[in-house]
Amino acid sequence: MLQTVSLSCLRGDRRLFSNLNVTVQPGTLLAVVGENGSGKTSLLRMLSSLLSPEDGAILWQGQDIREQREQYCAQLTYIGHLNGIKDDLTAMENLALSASLAGDHCDGPVAHAALEAVGLRRQAHQLPTKVLSQGQKRRVALARLWLSTRPLWLLDEPFTSLDTAATGLVTEQLQKHLTRGGIAVVVTHQEVGLPSGLIQRLRMNG
Amino acid sequence: MNRPSLWEALRGVVRRDLMLAMRRRADVAMSVFFLVIVASLFPLGVGPEPAVLRTIAAGVLWVAALLACLLSLGRVFTADYLDGVLEQMVLIAQPLPVLVVGKVFAHWVVSGLPIVLLSPLLGLQFGLDGEALGVLVLSLLLGTPTLSMIGAIGAALVLGVRGSGLLVALLVLPLYVPVLIFGAGAVTSSMAGMGGEANLSLLGASLVLSLFFSPWATAAALRIALE
Repeated sequence: MLQTVSLSCLRGDRRLFSNLNVTVQPGTLLAVVGENGSGKTSLLRMLSSLLSPEDGAILWQGQDIREQREQYCAQLTYIGHLNGIKDDLTAMENLALSASLAGDHCDGPVAHAALEAVGLRRQAHQLPTKVLSQGQKRRVALARLWLSTRPLWLLDEPFTSLDTAATGLVTEQLQKHLTRGGIAVVVTHQEVGLPSGLIQRLRMNG
Repeated sequence: MNRPSLWEALRGVVRRDLMLAMRRRADVAMSVFFLVIVASLFPLGVGPEPAVLRTIAAGVLWVAALLACLLSLGRVFTADYLDGVLEQMVLIAQPLPVLVVGKVFAHWVVSGLPIVLLSPLLGLQFGLDGEALGVLVLSLLLGTPTLSMIGAIGAALVLGVRGSGLLVALLVLPLYVPVLIFGAGAVTSSMAGMGGEANLSLLGASLVLSLFFSPWATAAALRIALE
């Protein structure tokens, strides 16, 4: 269970949000929506422990994440608006390295399977990612979701620059994650195509 | 649980950086060529007098090595910061200072080690002989990792700042002074027949000290840069 307790965020001297209380139960996707600059990404970065809250706390399984930082990091997969992939490495190398650094199991066949699952054709696997299109790069980053068995996924605009086919694939994978009892927090402008019972909406007002 | 062992994470960080360096060999070659050119400019400017060259050798080579290290600092974290790899590194479920050591080590292998290996050749250019050459190599072997460790703090502090190249030089160069003094001092005193042990010990002590403090400072600076 992921919970925020009277969370507030200050960027510079601007208060983005304050006294935010949300509880996300296992098997639920929290869709964070709102206009640009309303603090959606800041909230996600706080949830990932990259940003420390101005006030309030974030609880994971009832415990403050600041007190269990490393254990908490082992529970989450964070994909920010930056892809976190290296231009000079191939899609395969990127995926294998980032998965093994995160501690997810990943060998050759598994990585190929993940890249194919996200809709990246096999000839693109061995190309340096700098020659791939934006959407393909995004797919390489998102392929980590096929390797991650962690209970908490934090995704910042996962569908940007994806085509409808890839959006469908990612949504499917999200649904699988939720039925396994996982939690996902997704910052998005698009509707997430999941049954409404699985989605909880959080509207940020800036 | 999904958690890499400390060793796995460390190895992964080093491996990725070395792989990247192999893909962009031009970057690596650049700081080496810089060192060679700077060190070769002095004989051209000062004149070919062997006695003069021998006197300035230690200082010139050490300053050139130091500047070459400085030049490569921009590569430690900047690219990772821009493409989001740094975020992912901070979120690895292992202590960040240890991962920082891995990154700095990889950086040293790529930018510091070539300097150490090349130094005897440059030393010969200045007319250094047997023992002094040995001390020069040893002093650089102890000194360049210290430069990398100290430089990493500066490189992490200026992440995301405009004009960071100059700023990192201003931040880091004063901190390089002791290393320069001990390093050049080791070579000079061994040439004077006093042996370089005292200065080499001090260099070793600086290395240990920087290995101990720099990863924590760098990790803290990285966290601030990512906020």
